[in-house]
Amino acid sequence: MAITREHELHKRRSGRNIGLALVLVGFIALVFGLTIAKVSGGGTIQAFDHSYRPALDPNDVRFQQR
Amino acid sequence: MTDMRVDITQAQTGEAGFGDFIALLKPRVMSLVVFTALVGILVAPGALHPVVALAAIIFIALGAGASGALNMWWDADIDSVMKRTAKRPIPAGKVAPGEAMALGVALSGISVIMLWLATNALAGFLLAFTIFFYAVIYSMWLKRATPQNIVIGGAAGAFPPMIGWVAVTGSISLEACLMFMLIFMWTPPHFWALALFMKSDYHKANVPMLTVTHGRKATRAHILVYTIALVPFALAAGFTSIGGPVYLALAVVLNLIFLHGAWAIWRRDEGQAEADNYATEKRVFRFSLAYLFVHFGAFLAEAALARLPAYAEFASHIRILEVF
Repeated sequence: MAITREHELHKRRSGRNIGLALVLVGFIALVFGLTIAKVSGGGTIQAFDHSYRPALDPNDVRFQQR
Repeated sequence: MTDMRVDITQAQTGEAGFGDFIALLKPRVMSLVVFTALVGILVAPGALHPVVALAAIIFIALGAGASGALNMWWDADIDSVMKRTAKRPIPAGKVAPGEAMALGVALSGISVIMLWLATNALAGFLLAFTIFFYAVIYSMWLKRATPQNIVIGGAAGAFPPMIGWVAVTGSISLEACLMFMLIFMWTPPHFWALALFMKSDYHKANVPMLTVTHGRKATRAHILVYTIALVPFALAAGFTSIGGPVYLALAVVLNLIFLHGAWAIWRRDEGQAEADNYATEKRVFRFSLAYLFVHFGAFLAEAALARLPAYAEFASHIRILEVF
């Protein structure tokens, strides 16, 4: 089972590299999207933990019910 | 020269493909985690930006996958003995144990920190605790020590909707606890019904499963007891802000069917079960899957219906436990 120019191993390694590349590109896209979402919609976020507070949101339906 | 070529080939054919690393993350378990976490996010009061919600679900699922990889790393010795798990990446020789551990630890860190940054610290902490609970408390400690291992392992599967809820609200509430209890109490009867008709080889791996340590009669009794204990939690959720008339009506019907099934399992003995090839046990197991799916689907339905003012007014009379 000598290693030839086109061994099955090369296909597997190539698949792994492509898979990892796609995961990394996806991760970058997600972090970019998160950044845009956080920066553009910060109206009801308190600075200390960046959490949404329903009680601060006058448009929250359940808050209005109460 | 010939010797060297053989060595290189042998050393490298053990290299894993991308799919082998995906298999380490237990994708089927992840799909349930995605669904329940999504429900937790959608029914919580308030709203996340869609991108933040997507990120939260991805990182909760990634955390679940990380704990799956750590579980496969630790349980490689058990997996190689049992027929059902012998083809997993580590016992099959595709992934080295150290690689699985490294992947599990790395993904744990990434998922916890990213969930924290995307949502809030409590959600990140809960995800970290879930991974710790599944990998250390369950896999390393209690799985091989007690026949109640299924009960304890179920807690890890019960956290995702609570994490989803906390990602939105930043705090734990009665509703989040009831979603947790619904999955937590559902897991034992679901799994033990499976254990009754799946002839597994846990005894070969020295894992104390209830069917082996206490016998099948005791397992049948356990199924009934846990199903009875599950019902109050399932019904109580109907009186909170995530419940309502539609949920409550479905929950009453589903719980009656589940109770009837558990009762039927309890009344049977092994002779009867073998005579019809475990028909009742198989039926209850299949139903238990639908049971959980429909309960969480009903939470979603209530959240959607709450947008109709007339329905919200009607439902408010039922939601007597509404607190947040």
